[in-house]
Amino acid sequence: MSKFMSNRRRFLGQLGAGASLLTLAACDSFDDWLGIGDPLPDFLRKANVLTREAQRAIQGPAPMAREYPASAIREGQRPNGSTDPQTADYLAVRQNDFAGYRLQVTGLVDSPLSLSLDELRSMPSRTQITRHDCVEGWSCIAQWTGVQLSRVLDRAGVKPAARYVVFRCYDPMEATPSGHALYYESIDFIDARHPQTILAYGLNGQTLPIANGAPLRVRIERQLGYKMAKYIRAIEIVDSFAKIAGGNGGYWEDRGYDWYAGS
Amino acid sequence: MADSQEAKRTRLFHRQSAWTRVTHWIWAVTLFFMVTSGLQIFNAHPILYFGRQSGFGDKQYLGPQAGYGNRQFDNKVLDIHAERRGDTIIGVTSIFGHDFDTSGFLGKSGSNDQPIFQGFPAWATIPSYYDLATGRVIHFFFAWILVATWCVWLFASLINGHLWHDIVPKARDLRRLPRDIVSHLRLKFPHGRSYNVLQKLSYAAILIIVIPGMILTGLTMSPGVDAAWPWLLDLFGGRQTARLLHFCGMLVIVVFFVVHIVMVIAAGPINEMRSMITGWYRGDPEAAGEEV
Repeated sequence: MSKFMSNRRRFLGQLGAGASLLTLAACDSFDDWLGIGDPLPDFLRKANVLTREAQRAIQGPAPMAREYPASAIREGQRPNGSTDPQTADYLAVRQNDFAGYRLQVTGLVDSPLSLSLDELRSMPSRTQITRHDCVEGWSCIAQWTGVQLSRVLDRAGVKPAARYVVFRCYDPMEATPSGHALYYESIDFIDARHPQTILAYGLNGQTLPIANGAPLRVRIERQLGYKMAKYIRAIEIVDSFAKIAGGNGGYWEDRGYDWYAGS
Repeated sequence: MADSQEAKRTRLFHRQSAWTRVTHWIWAVTLFFMVTSGLQIFNAHPILYFGRQSGFGDKQYLGPQAGYGNRQFDNKVLDIHAERRGDTIIGVTSIFGHDFDTSGFLGKSGSNDQPIFQGFPAWATIPSYYDLATGRVIHFFFAWILVATWCVWLFASLINGHLWHDIVPKARDLRRLPRDIVSHLRLKFPHGRSYNVLQKLSYAAILIIVIPGMILTGLTMSPGVDAAWPWLLDLFGGRQTARLLHFCGMLVIVVFFVVHIVMVIAAGPINEMRSMITGWYRGDPEAAGEEV
């Protein structure tokens, strides 16, 4: 009994000492090294290249994201990010059901394009029921209809030096001294030429709503939602995105998010 | 007095191989950053669902748009949020629709003057402020370290026999289980060369089930991996169930950590720390002989 008492006393004393040690290690002691542009997160971010290469290695040549049956559509596609852009340019183009809209295809192409919605709709279409995964963690299954990006690229003719497809968008993000920063994103040609990568103009059997990126948004089914630019104004084919905006290949990438968003 | 008497009754022996010690400390650091950055990521959407997608249920998430139909559904398992009750705002943790006031910890934290409305409080996340991008960068960096460490540990433990001799519980161990539970409850811990059966069971559960399970459920949340290995979605019953299991695995790891620290302190922190740093452990000669 006395052995038990002394055990217990020693136990409780050591427990208290241990607990006070643990409280010293508070998480905010790391904050000073983790700001945007600090060397430590830039170093840790190099793991994203490993992630991309590893995923591409296990994916093989033509892996498709899972497509679901119609019964899997159980609710509307949750709108996220910009849902109702209010810039003058967008308000002008959305008049008369986007009758005046033209998708510009520029950059390292043989023949720059300016395509109306009717022209895009008259090209062969692809319809797919896929799962949208937000970087925040939620998922939503919906049916998307559009033209494969590869068909648009082929029509324009991509020059050999091309390495990335940049999506220029209408939706304004945060205010900057030179006006609003507009959303932009970029992908490489592995994803650009993937059969499920489409410029979508239809959602769940209807015309793509404004909240979900009308008139045109891109679906990149093996990456997260922030790669799938909405309100696409132009597609620019480039050999480097180093000189575009913050130089990291996307609006969120310029704010610390990984360029490859397959995980 | 106890020390000199104990020294006569006990002797030093080499208990932990270098592989075990090095991987142990890498795990300690890695799991610390994985849990804290994981909670940072969780705070971006502190709701867990069952199945392949997220049923948003109530209309507050819904904007004006076509294509909705009237088939809203709700498959929430856990929902941490803040809500107004009278003239105050409280933190609410809702589990299967049952609400609990968790103000001060979940949903609402910080001080009364400067309340913070987020899932887990600032002291539990890295960075302490909301920064999903950096949380993800930290999480994936250490995820690679975790995978590499687990592979090294498994390989070394298979080769040097640590896995079979020390970790996998045998029938003989399981027969000792009731006696071992009683002695733990009396705060009397065997100090043999081998792990006791409760140690074996908990280490085996963490190293062979929970950590591989965390890696696989983590991969299932990746749309890129899902395209390559769609069987992961079937194995775990969908991306959102995988996310739920990933969260539950985190809870198991945190509980394991707390119990582990308590046990180290209770069993003699100097001796336990020495064995995990130098490999040398002071234990009962008879216990050591019996178990070898």
